[in-house]
Amino acid sequence: MSILHTVNKSPFEKSSLQSCIAHASEGSALLLYEDGVYAATKGTSVSDLVAGVAGVKLYVLGPDLKARGMQEERLIDGVTVVDYTGFVDLAAEYDKVVAWV
Amino acid sequence: MSVTKKFMYLNRRPPYGTIYAWESLEVVLIGAAFEQDVSLAFLDDGVYQIIKGQDTSGIDMKNFSPTYSALGDYEVTKLYVERESLEERGLTVDDLMPLTWEDEAEDWAEKDSIQLISRAELAKLMDEQDVLFSF
Repeated sequence: MSILHTVNKSPFEKSSLQSCIAHASEGSALLLYEDGVYAATKGTSVSDLVAGVAGVKLYVLGPDLKARGMQEERLIDGVTVVDYTGFVDLAAEYDKVVAWV
Repeated sequence: MSVTKKFMYLNRRPPYGTIYAWESLEVVLIGAAFEQDVSLAFLDDGVYQIIKGQDTSGIDMKNFSPTYSALGDYEVTKLYVERESLEERGLTVDDLMPLTWEDEAEDWAEKDSIQLISRAELAKLMDEQDVLFSF
């Protein structure tokens, strides 16, 4: 019963990302959107935490990245960019969705 | 008799996810009409407000980042950016929009509005203010 986790809060302002990662099992996925997209960028104080997540697929919502001026070159290796349709596909693909709001 | 006070606006939130950044900008523009000594500080996630290349066409929201370029015309010419906040986010000053103002006293010479300062320097500047607004 694999889970799609979503995080929409900045990792520098709230503990949503840290808590989510601590509770994400192998085989689950993490989608970052809204202010959560900053966690997908390189060279931040949380990028080692995000890059070090084992067995969890990482996704980020493209339109939210673009709105914030974060270019795709900034992304941590292994993060996949999805659009709104991709968001829906992920929600359908996984058994459950946990929103770390 | 009017007294000029030192006003500083603290910007600590990223744009778009919440209304704080936009509200701060609105208040700054309104406050500019009162001819006080105004400065803005960008710290914590507030540094994301002035990242260049913002494009909100995909999220159905207004891109208000071009408005920061207009601050110079309202005599808001001191934009302090905290160096540590940039570093903690993997950013440099080159990732920020080039924000300038024109100095009437020097034949409208174009000058940088952004001043990169340390956390300790910002703390000192905060102590020197008469009024602080936090967003």
